[in-house]
Amino acid sequence: MRILVTVKHVPDLQSQRSFTEGRVTRSGDDGTMNELDENAVEAALQLVEAAGEGEVYALTVGGPDAVAAVRKALQLGVHHAIHVSDEAIADSDVFGTATVIAAAVRKVHEEAPLDLVITGMAALDGLTSMLPTALAAELDWSQATLASALSVADGEVTIERHLPDAHETLVAPLPAVVSVTDEANKPRYPNFKLIMAARKAPVAQWSLADLGVDASAVGKAGARTVVVDASPRPAKENRVKITDTGDAGTQLADFLIEKGLA
Amino acid sequence: MTTVAVLVDHRDGAVTRPSLEALTLARTLGTPVAVWLGSAPAADAAALLGEYGATEVRVVDAADARVASRAAAALGAASADADVVLVISTFVTKEIATRLALATGAGVVVDAAGAELVDGKVETFQTVFAATWDVRTRIESDKAIVGIRPNTTIAAPAEAAGAATVVDVEVELPATRERITHVEAVEQGEGVPLAEAPVVVSGGRGTGGDYALVTELAELLGGAVGASRDATDEGWISHEHMVGQTGTTVTPALYVAAGISGAVHHRGGMQASGTIVCINMDPEAPIFEISDFGVVGSLFDVIPQAVARIKEHRGA
Repeated sequence: MRILVTVKHVPDLQSQRSFTEGRVTRSGDDGTMNELDENAVEAALQLVEAAGEGEVYALTVGGPDAVAAVRKALQLGVHHAIHVSDEAIADSDVFGTATVIAAAVRKVHEEAPLDLVITGMAALDGLTSMLPTALAAELDWSQATLASALSVADGEVTIERHLPDAHETLVAPLPAVVSVTDEANKPRYPNFKLIMAARKAPVAQWSLADLGVDASAVGKAGARTVVVDASPRPAKENRVKITDTGDAGTQLADFLIEKGLA
Repeated sequence: MTTVAVLVDHRDGAVTRPSLEALTLARTLGTPVAVWLGSAPAADAAALLGEYGATEVRVVDAADARVASRAAAALGAASADADVVLVISTFVTKEIATRLALATGAGVVVDAAGAELVDGKVETFQTVFAATWDVRTRIESDKAIVGIRPNTTIAAPAEAAGAATVVDVEVELPATRERITHVEAVEQGEGVPLAEAPVVVSGGRGTGGDYALVTELAELLGGAVGASRDATDEGWISHEHMVGQTGTTVTPALYVAAGISGAVHHRGGMQASGTIVCINMDPEAPIFEISDFGVVGSLFDVIPQAVARIKEHRGA
């Protein structure tokens, strides 16, 4: 069983997140591996452990700080780490990003075939959830997204997905791109031995040239969308906070009535 | 002349309110045409789409359109001439939008709160980072696909509405490698679905698993019942009710958080709501920072009193 997991370096949810010149501000200090990618790493490790053999690759795309995301994956127990970095990738939209990741996946797949690419259900900075589908289409692999449970048998992956209108069971032949939700598993904590080993573990550094990707297809040049303005929303004004001394329910109701909401 | 194709969301043959919101938005961008996937709409559904400005209802009787690649092919066939394609932003339509964009070269923005034409290009607005930032994005490509969130446009019928012509679109859908082997419909409550509800009353850990009061207030206000991750993890209420970054994102006119501390994962799914009210025992709970009206107290005291006062007001 050979699995590649995509991980993203994102601003810590608990930090003050912001934009700088139309880009999400990223720095090594308050950045982290996208929390939902921990579920993807966990799913991959569990499948390999259940199979009793196999390897897990963690792949990230981003500037120099993004290496922190694959180091985190190494701490959790993945076997190999790849960091794709190239100045031309900055400002890529989801399709540019999918082009780069697909090229990296193909490079690994050519060395020895992969069974699965597993991603998180969304990155907690952009939250668009578009990448898994774009990646499956780029690779021309089958897709099984939003898995809250998954299993692999007989050359197929079977997932459960909970959609608002229905619960589905979906079966896709391998190789497949699977995205997992935070219901899929409970991510493990890194242990001391792995933390120490992760510091020294090699991280393959690949550029666009290594992947044979034309710089004009990605980055700002290839982007179909551009952020033209980003500004912090003003804090709410006239906020009211009361402590219940016996009539808070009435006051709350009066607030709603006055606003025409009740 | 800009043609705007709107992918109609329909349930049990009825057009949902977000579809009417999307048609209302589409009229500000150009000439709306409605795209209907599934067996042909009944006359009253088609008429309603016409009232909201659709000049045509293009029907693709697409079996097995639950798989994104097939739905995207169906939508693509029915919107080939469209400059803008609007969908209601959900996990499923985001996949359809992605596939359609790859097939057509269109640029995509999902989870938008609005859109307008600026110098012939579509620009969208979104709130990001748990609704702490406003972002404006321009779609540079000739064709634009926009996923619009429910409750971000006020649905209104067109002033000069005509009857919509129903047109059948023939398309050969691609074979898919994936197959759906089991579908179990989720029991839909009687009220409005969470994502579309104008009012959401959510209960969290503070309910201790008792949703009677939360449900009573939601029903009184004509809203839907939501929950925090804590509550769904405890098994107190089903996952479909979860509001948050990995559950349903809601933007109702009124959001009531009862016994919910307001962790960032929850706030990300509701912070763009119009008015936010909270009830929590812990005065330090982060939910107070984003609430217009916050009560430090027990929801078991506050909700019954609020319900009584609202009933009294309505009876007066």
